Amino acid sequence: MDPLTPKDVEHIAQLAYIKLSDEESEDMRVQLTNILGHFASLSSVDTDGVEATGHTTDSNSVMRKDEPQPPLDRDDVLKNAPDRDGEFVRVRPVLE
Amino acid sequence: MTTQSANSDLYFSTARELRAKFDAREISSVEATRAMLDRISNLEPSLNSFITVTPERAIADAEMADQRLRGAGQEPTALTGIPIMVKDNFSTKDVETTAASKILKGYIPPYDGTAVSNLKEAGAVILGKGNLDEFAMGSSNETSAFGPVHNPWDTDRVPGGSSGGAGAAVAAGECFIAFGSDTGGSIRQPAALCGVVGMKPTYGLVSRFGLLAFGSSLDQIGPLTRSVADTADALNIVSSHDHRDSTSVAAPFTDFAQDIDGGVAGMNIGVPKEYLVDGIEPGVRAAFEKSLETLEGLGANISETSLPLTDHALAVYYIIAPSEASANLSRYDGVKYGLGSLDAKTSAQATEAARGEGFGDEVKRRIFLGTYALSAGYYDAYYKKAQQVRTLIRREFTDAFLKFDALVTPTTPGVAFNIGDKTEDPFQMYLNDICTIPVNIAGLPSISIPGGMSDGLPVGLQFIGPQFGDTTVIRAAAAYERATNWHQNHPLI
Repeated sequence: MDPLTPKDVEHIAQLAYIKLSDEESEDMRVQLTNILGHFASLSSVDTDGVEATGHTTDSNSVMRKDEPQPPLDRDDVLKNAPDRDGEFVRVRPVLE
Repeated sequence: MTTQSANSDLYFSTARELRAKFDAREISSVEATRAMLDRISNLEPSLNSFITVTPERAIADAEMADQRLRGAGQEPTALTGIPIMVKDNFSTKDVETTAASKILKGYIPPYDGTAVSNLKEAGAVILGKGNLDEFAMGSSNETSAFGPVHNPWDTDRVPGGSSGGAGAAVAAGECFIAFGSDTGGSIRQPAALCGVVGMKPTYGLVSRFGLLAFGSSLDQIGPLTRSVADTADALNIVSSHDHRDSTSVAAPFTDFAQDIDGGVAGMNIGVPKEYLVDGIEPGVRAAFEKSLETLEGLGANISETSLPLTDHALAVYYIIAPSEASANLSRYDGVKYGLGSLDAKTSAQATEAARGEGFGDEVKRRIFLGTYALSAGYYDAYYKKAQQVRTLIRREFTDAFLKFDALVTPTTPGVAFNIGDKTEDPFQMYLNDICTIPVNIAGLPSISIPGGMSDGLPVGLQFIGPQFGDTTVIRAAAAYERATNWHQNHPLI
């Protein structure tokens, strides 16, 4: 396969919401290209008409009754927030 | 130092032996717990197998357990009063849970995962939380944000990973049982490198609720122990059907120890030749060949077989696991918990900064790999293709189990390597899991037990069974254990 370009890495970083330094980006580009190269052999396996396996228990959607359960303690949950205002989690502005 | 030698009997007891001592009133759970806490204090500077130790909670739990063992309240279980460790990717109510990541430092879960609830109900005494590769991504415990774990057999070497703290703690006698998680070998590989027993049960037998998710279709909880019987007892406690994990199976649960004395006479055991890869170390190969002779001597019918798709398992795994990880780890946005970034101008910048700073290199690499494999234009070539080959790998195992009761392989191609030896090239590190990964892809049960020594370091022997054939691999492993002394070797630490 063709090596990844710096632009490819930038695109993935945007999709993944991860900020990388320039040095990290270049390391990532080299390492991902190398790892993906090892996966090329997969294309040699004939998978025509083969169903995909998502998981191995063969169960489908599991339904339960929509009944209220005791909730987690609000304070226990909120005490983990990096920034909190009373019973709310505070976030940075969503719109610039 | 007479107390020292008396205690070394205790440190390396199995859980069943400790339980017999409780019943004979030779020692109480509180006494055993204090002895383990002392041992942890002494050994942690050289091992680093715990991220968090919880002495007050452990003593309080041991006091309750002692009452239960003496007839108050509920009937005791096999684990009542037994000091254990759980890996630090298990949610524990009111006890910091980090997954060995900077992004979760200080996170205090408001609930227990189901495996932890089951252990608490059984009366087990949790000593603390085990070190691991960050988010269980690694094969050497070197990606932990809390520093590497050292192998008790040689502290310059890795204990394996990702449940490296669990492997080291059980091998060194810091606890009697440790619970880990296994996505591609993360229980069995450290068990092999530390010379203890480790089992990944059939996918779906242990609820994943409260296990910090890595690869949801592959992750499974299981024990690391000093005997096969302890593994069976531990699985009896943690396995359960759970409405909070829709992949947890509803099948009736058998006693995992039911066939433990059955032996291997007449059992058909296959040796898949693809597992004896070129890169296998001579000492591991020699130990494996000797183990095959032992099994034959016990009456097993051993024959070679072929699973040609094994060669593609690593690619399938390193597409599927990172893809699932990239989705699972998208929840770490620094808003509701974990590392936040309060100086950013916008919410999106805050998330990018928190994740950039909070995740280590290996975790970033896997998120990038998975994000790429799932992205527009590449999904069919990578993710879908890998899922299709996954179907074929499953079929290949299903066909093999028409002929064989179990398969046997080395657990790892080599013994514990030196810290720092494989960190430069990520793909070399991935090759450590070559014998364990196919099992997760197919959702099968598999156990690694001590199967020899090479240059003074432990070698693991792996049995693989058909889906829900957990009691079969336990039976085969127990027969081998009775016929050998490897499990009685302990590091001089």
